[in-house]
Amino acid sequence: MYHLNDHASGQRDDGMDRTSPPATSRRELLKAGSALTVAFLLPWSSDAAEKIRNRAVDPHQFAPNAFIRITEDNIVTVISKHLEMGQGTYTGLATIVAEELDADWSQVRVEGAPANAKLYANLQWGGSQGTGGSSSIANSFTQLQQAGATARALLVNAAAKKWNVSASDISIRDGVLSHAASGKTARFGELVSLASQLPQPTQVQPKKAADYRLIGKPIQRIDARDKSTGHAVYTQDMQLPGMLVAVAAHPPRFGAVFKHVDDTRAKAMKGVHAVVPFNTTMRSGVAVIANDFWTAKQARDALQIEWDETHAFNRSSDDLFSEYRALSLKPGQSVRNDGNVEQALKSAATALEAIYEFPYLAHASMEPLNCVVRVGEDECEVWNGEQFQTNDQGAISDFLDIPASKVKIHQLYAGGSFGRRANAFSDYVIETVAIARAANLKSPLKLVWTREQDMQAGFYRPMFVHRVHAALDAQHNITAWQHRVVGQSTLQGTNWLKKGEVDSESVVGIKTLPYHIPNLSVDAHTPEFQVPVQWWRSVGSTHTAFAVECFMNDIARETRQDPFELRRKLLAGHARHLAVLNLLEEKSDWKSPRAENEALGVALHESFNTVVGEVVRIKRINDKIKIEHVTCVVDCGLAINPNVVAMQMESGIGYGLAAILNGEITFRNGYVQQDNFDSYPVLRMNQMPDIDVHIVPSSNKPTGVGEPGTPVIGPALVNAITMLTGKVIRKLPLKGQVEFV
Amino acid sequence: MITLNINGKELNVDVDPGTPLLWTLRDHLHLTGSKYGCGKALCGACTVHVNGTATRSCVLPVSAVADAKITTIESMQDHDIGKAVQDAWIAENVPQCGYCQSGQIMSAVALLSGNKHPSDDDINNAMSGNICRCASYVRIRKAIKRAASALA
Repeated sequence: MYHLNDHASGQRDDGMDRTSPPATSRRELLKAGSALTVAFLLPWSSDAAEKIRNRAVDPHQFAPNAFIRITEDNIVTVISKHLEMGQGTYTGLATIVAEELDADWSQVRVEGAPANAKLYANLQWGGSQGTGGSSSIANSFTQLQQAGATARALLVNAAAKKWNVSASDISIRDGVLSHAASGKTARFGELVSLASQLPQPTQVQPKKAADYRLIGKPIQRIDARDKSTGHAVYTQDMQLPGMLVAVAAHPPRFGAVFKHVDDTRAKAMKGVHAVVPFNTTMRSGVAVIANDFWTAKQARDALQIEWDETHAFNRSSDDLFSEYRALSLKPGQSVRNDGNVEQALKSAATALEAIYEFPYLAHASMEPLNCVVRVGEDECEVWNGEQFQTNDQGAISDFLDIPASKVKIHQLYAGGSFGRRANAFSDYVIETVAIARAANLKSPLKLVWTREQDMQAGFYRPMFVHRVHAALDAQHNITAWQHRVVGQSTLQGTNWLKKGEVDSESVVGIKTLPYHIPNLSVDAHTPEFQVPVQWWRSVGSTHTAFAVECFMNDIARETRQDPFELRRKLLAGHARHLAVLNLLEEKSDWKSPRAENEALGVALHESFNTVVGEVVRIKRINDKIKIEHVTCVVDCGLAINPNVVAMQMESGIGYGLAAILNGEITFRNGYVQQDNFDSYPVLRMNQMPDIDVHIVPSSNKPTGVGEPGTPVIGPALVNAITMLTGKVIRKLPLKGQVEFV
Repeated sequence: MITLNINGKELNVDVDPGTPLLWTLRDHLHLTGSKYGCGKALCGACTVHVNGTATRSCVLPVSAVADAKITTIESMQDHDIGKAVQDAWIAENVPQCGYCQSGQIMSAVALLSGNKHPSDDDINNAMSGNICRCASYVRIRKAIKRAASALA
């Protein structure tokens, strides 16, 4: 149970002045507690609500709930409960509020919410605050409609009172309230004081879609300016009075344990404060604490460390793949078994089989992992591009043996994440806390991982092997599909994975195969070992979509069926899939004849309740392949900002392509063989195709867009390559198998 | 003590001469717009201008640039081409996570300083040293062309 007052700073605090009072926090709590319309989402204890009601009203700002603060300068600040890591959520969330408020976009600002699960839980995650699973807009939409509409109603009531007119005769447009009959107008700032004293409306009605002025328009990204001028503050940029910097030495292999350090040379370096061993559930090591990064790194490099590698991971990728392939021949744990697959395979006119192999992948965000903490006697403060507030609060609470309510987290921008900053074990956050505690440090501490550590410290997208069988009848109908998945669960080691159950993400999109096949069996093996694994942009779909869609394209080719026709035949009842497929066929000009050196490839996949279809066009130039163009069609329900949706599809395609072309983390005797962008190449400008994004018009509630563009590009590209060259590719990445321009 | 000319100002800084320019800027002068991404001149997030040339500051010892004119993202608002590029970046909604964009902009400004109308190949050549994991490349290309038009 959290104590509300203790982690209720509603103000974005970049930490430039830690001592300034959180002027807004109490106020926001007050209003949130009394907002009846959103109360069902905010399970306040009556005790806390009573405390809040007794607080004085601040006349200089109007904060009707935990998500909105309007000040006398006409600035509307939207408090985002979600991390902005590139996906555009600050823009999207603010748009929903601004729409309901009838604000002018130029008066809107966004700040990151502090950690406070009572106020800012992800409504798709029970009571936990965090960002992931492409859920930010989807879980916030109704909540922020209510928050915005409530604020609007209060502003209207304030103007009605001030002007002594009926509230129903007042309208708002672009941040200006007006009363037509009297000609009176007011901007939000003038009504702040009055509005903050009015009782909350008991019920408010969100706008009708037909009246939208911001939603559905390609309005400017709210963080574009700060991110184009160097002003945006990331964890890496945090400066606090007295702050020191730590650079750690990590174990050379997973499971190796710190034994001894000779730090004579390191300690002699000017600017070095301390050398401390640390130990967390995920790794042990030694850290150097110094005045600045470069000093800390030089000193870290001068440490002579002995590791105990008795129990270290010592396998190699080739062995693991052999083992996985062998496992894929034996039945795993069943998750679906429709009809009688064995019999259908035996009586098939044609039977097809394929094995797909997927390597480990690193997230490799542009900002290597880092975190800033200040560990006090019985409290802790964190500054971070924070993706997993409640989990990290809990982990710090356990580690320091202090109440979770004493862990205060300030939100910053994250320079990417792709899942990595939401770590089940809070690994990098706890490492920072552990180092600060080991050094008994009173001042703030920034832990900076080098790129090499970011790439080698694990938490990879797991490697997988899929074995798939299909049975076809004489008319080329698919009568059976048998699908076996072998690979670690991204929940490995957590209590989120129930004993004896298959992680639903390991078989996502297969267990829930949209294609109607009468005999379908899906089973999985879930090996467990020391390589730490984690969700990676689009999680299980990164491999399941590839296997399913490549196999569908193989069946289409083997049976000389058009891949669109084959899919359409099997998608009866899946209206969204069909609509995406049909629009994709039209927009990609699929049926037009192609030059001899050109080919198209297609794939379709639903993830996070969003359906995406992509067609890739490639060209052969001097025996090399150029990826020229991608047509992308997406059904994400109501598109809050079509421009941000398009950006996320482009980004998902680019991120996916990087992995498909070159991405692999490999092991040799337990050592990770990649350490930087030379050995782990990623997509660069010269390989980025042109992309057209088309959004299926929809009045359904918005669904996610951060991840669903990613898993579709691989199978679509491989399909095009097979069509052009005849080469069937079932192992990723493509490097070494296909040469690209 | 080393004296550096940064964004038109002479600044004194007390660092070891072997310290890379990037960390001198970030940790000692608190100019944090230039970013650390790889430490090996592989990703371009640390790109600044040294005498007008786009340069990776993460591998450049500060002692090597004591006599040079160093320009960083922080001064681009006062630079004709820099301002045009930043405006184009905003208009095209280029940044996503934004972490690489200071470096991208510095490379784009250097490109447009020597080539008023870059072709797609020119853009590929000038920009392929700058990694963007959000893959904002399509929009970077558009923004460079937009800035070129605005400057014409």
